[in-house]
Amino acid sequence: MTPDTLGLTAEGCVALLDAGDVSCVELVDAYLARIEQQDGDLNCYLRTRADAAREEAARFDREGRSGLQGVPIALKDILCVRGEETTAGSRILEGHRPLYDAGVVTRVRAAGLIPLGKTNMDEFAMGSSTEHSAFGTTHNPWDARMVPGGSSGGSAAAVAAGLAPLALGTDTGGSIRQPAALCGVVGMKPTYGAVSRHGLIAFGSSLDQIGPFALTVRDAALALQVIAGRDHCDSTSVELPEPIAVPEGDDLGGVTIGVPTDLLAQGVEPGVREAFDRSLEHVQHLGASVREITLPTAVHALPAYYLIAPAEASANLARFDGVRYGLRLEESGDTVAEMYGRTRSSGFGAEVKRRIMLGTYVLSAGYYDAYYGTAQRVRTLIRREFDQAFADVDLIATPASPTVAFPIGERIDDPWAMYACDLLTVPVNLAGLPGISLPCGLSDGLPVGLQLIGSAFSENRILAAAHALEGAIGFDPVPAAMRGAG
Amino acid sequence: MSEAAWEPVIGLEIHVQLNTATKMFCACENHFGAEPNTLTCPLCLGHPGVLPVINQGAVEKAIEIGLALNCAIAGRSVFHRKNYFYPDSPKAYQISQYDEPICLEGHLEVDGGRIGITRAHLEEDAAKLVHSGGEAGRIGGAEYTLVDFNRCGTPLVEIVTEPDLRSPEQAIAFLALLKNTLQTIGVSDCDMEKGSLRCDANVSVRRAGSGQFGTKTELKNMNSFKFLGDGMAAEIRRQIDLLERGLQVVQETLHYDPGTKALRSLRSKEEAHDYRYFPEPDLVPLAPTPELIERLRDGLPELPAARIERFASQHGLPPAYATDLNAEPRLADYFEAVAASSDAKSAADWVLNTRPAPVDTVPAATLASLIGLIAGGTITNNIARQVYELLVADPTADPAELVERHGLASIGDSGELEAMVDEVIAENPAFVEQFKSGKDGVINALVGQVMKRTQGRADARQVQELLRSKL
Repeated sequence: MTPDTLGLTAEGCVALLDAGDVSCVELVDAYLARIEQQDGDLNCYLRTRADAAREEAARFDREGRSGLQGVPIALKDILCVRGEETTAGSRILEGHRPLYDAGVVTRVRAAGLIPLGKTNMDEFAMGSSTEHSAFGTTHNPWDARMVPGGSSGGSAAAVAAGLAPLALGTDTGGSIRQPAALCGVVGMKPTYGAVSRHGLIAFGSSLDQIGPFALTVRDAALALQVIAGRDHCDSTSVELPEPIAVPEGDDLGGVTIGVPTDLLAQGVEPGVREAFDRSLEHVQHLGASVREITLPTAVHALPAYYLIAPAEASANLARFDGVRYGLRLEESGDTVAEMYGRTRSSGFGAEVKRRIMLGTYVLSAGYYDAYYGTAQRVRTLIRREFDQAFADVDLIATPASPTVAFPIGERIDDPWAMYACDLLTVPVNLAGLPGISLPCGLSDGLPVGLQLIGSAFSENRILAAAHALEGAIGFDPVPAAMRGAG
Repeated sequence: MSEAAWEPVIGLEIHVQLNTATKMFCACENHFGAEPNTLTCPLCLGHPGVLPVINQGAVEKAIEIGLALNCAIAGRSVFHRKNYFYPDSPKAYQISQYDEPICLEGHLEVDGGRIGITRAHLEEDAAKLVHSGGEAGRIGGAEYTLVDFNRCGTPLVEIVTEPDLRSPEQAIAFLALLKNTLQTIGVSDCDMEKGSLRCDANVSVRRAGSGQFGTKTELKNMNSFKFLGDGMAAEIRRQIDLLERGLQVVQETLHYDPGTKALRSLRSKEEAHDYRYFPEPDLVPLAPTPELIERLRDGLPELPAARIERFASQHGLPPAYATDLNAEPRLADYFEAVAASSDAKSAADWVLNTRPAPVDTVPAATLASLIGLIAGGTITNNIARQVYELLVADPTADPAELVERHGLASIGDSGELEAMVDEVIAENPAFVEQFKSGKDGVINALVGQVMKRTQGRADARQVQELLRSKL
């Protein structure tokens, strides 16, 4: 039997496999066939690993399986897979084959999930539209003229379009939650330290976290169960205080949800605001109380973020120098500095260069205190502000993105407009907190994402609330444009 | 040039490679001399996605260094990224410590003077570059450059002194004591030739008596005590010469070429790097527990500074002897073993004077019994040297047995010596005549004749007394 993968959840996959309705190979083939059929237009995947995926599936069919074994997953191309090309969406890493598996890839394999391929992304995760990929933009499955968000746009769009039931992305300033919102799927950024960054090609090391995309909150919880936990290869990773639980309940009795009015006054478009307000009504119907709060420093999160993240990136990206791996451009007679310059000038895209220059500048002698130092102080204040807020409320709710998906090309030449996409997500990264985006409705036919933020390591509380809300909202994650197309 | 009117001011920056089993931030083996690029992994090659993990053994050795140098151990210290592009740095940044180092404010007593230690911090070594063609030691103009990443990521402790040193000699004495201290606590082999101990010197001069510092220059990375001393002396002379001619010293980094004895500018202050330090986000701060620090303090052996003092007081040795015996831990250990069963002063003489041979060639107990033979009058000092040579050739031999076998025992109290004296008097009537007529110095010629006949088995003073009594 060939299952229809559009709208098929990971739990749905497990049910089909457990019942023996499909084999692992049939399931993988169904996804590969849909990728073949749809991805020429969408460009979610930079490359698939059809043969390897089929082989892994065949092994489960031969040897038996249980749990998540045999369920496909898509990996953002910023996660190292041993021996398989990993580019971070950059020309400078074209052809690079890592010598090792990322920590999450090891866990994904151990759980028996089958990676289908590597998904498209903004170069080095710098962007909010996937237009900054060196390998072409990804299109939004809800409307191919629109961006899918970014930087994990390929992963978000793949899950929305039925090209994978699960996907992993990374979130430095919103790169999971914002594309999840724009593509109408669930995306979660865990607490900083909850998931190992080992093998994640670094952008902003103090902000980067890996997290799942899924069609349902329960699926996201299942994927998070697989990837979360301490990894001795990442000194900043920790063991979770309690294991991730797959949520069951459907009420929010006794839960208090804070709504930061000052943050929302920053420019949320009306259609998004309406969908957000409707979900607050659901919140109350489910028994939770809603309280207005203020986060006066979080309002300054965006400029602080755009100093800290580029500063770290300027150091993280300095290793791409053409000496040991990746692109190397030189002409005869070049000095080593000229070879560096030629390689980096040609290998990096405009947005990456912009951030390297910005980051280099803010760390320079004489400017460090004014820029990087001040940004770090703002970050500390934002952390405290969230701590104080969570003394009064259990969760904080905002839209995940101030807007719905915007047209491809609209913001590509306007960095500030692009950076503003992260307005509501970056405070969470600066504070190292967990946050989820779940679809809460449509505005002009395009999905709106609701963000729920919790205190550090409150993943289970977030997942439980998101699951209850998901049921009340009843959003259908299958894009209208895709219905009947599969 | 009037050097006496000028006072040199010297501060040192010493890099010590730690002898941990593995590298600073990865599990690669840490040792010198392997085939190039065989001790590497994605981490120390700076591959995308890798993260550093702190080597706890290196942290403990750094703390031991701090304790041995009388430093305070920071309750919290932080790693920073030091950013620079160069092929010896695969990440294009070095993980180092900056404004929150692990060890702070220590000191070491050298020849009665207290030399301040500003700080000691942990970092990682860079890869080794071998330039081919072009100007020696420089990448500019090289035909090609080979990179050996085996060294990349080796744990390093950088020790920075206060500008408390006042002469190249004092700087070398300090360095010798520091080296012995590090070897004694077992954190490094401190082999300058292999680069496991490297030293930069900050040098300036000022008018004697002035309280202010002059402009300093930095002498980079000299690989022996001698070159370091020569380099500092040359730079001090150059600075004094400039100042006496009314010129100014320019702040710059210099290289001393021991071959040509020339100083060459590597870079000026304007060309100095902006390293854009910022806290390493991939690591959490170091926070050693008081229990760990106390455990490491309790585990430290007796340190050379204390040992020098003890040698002087317990064994009654002159300070210079005590210091020289502590040039390296093996030497001091050997001395103590010899002195355990022989006279300490003689033991010190022997251990210091036999240093050209590896110190432990002759077992300590054997050397002690050799010294015992001298003290007991069985052999003379001269004969003892011959016996020592025999022992170097056969370290398992017994000194008394060698003396017996080779007939080397002193002949002072025997009739044999008297007979020889009589023979010499009889055969040298001319000398005897001269002596008797008042030319006292002639006695030495007669002593020489007797000594020749005894083949060194007699004491020259005793021979002279015997001659005088007979004449």
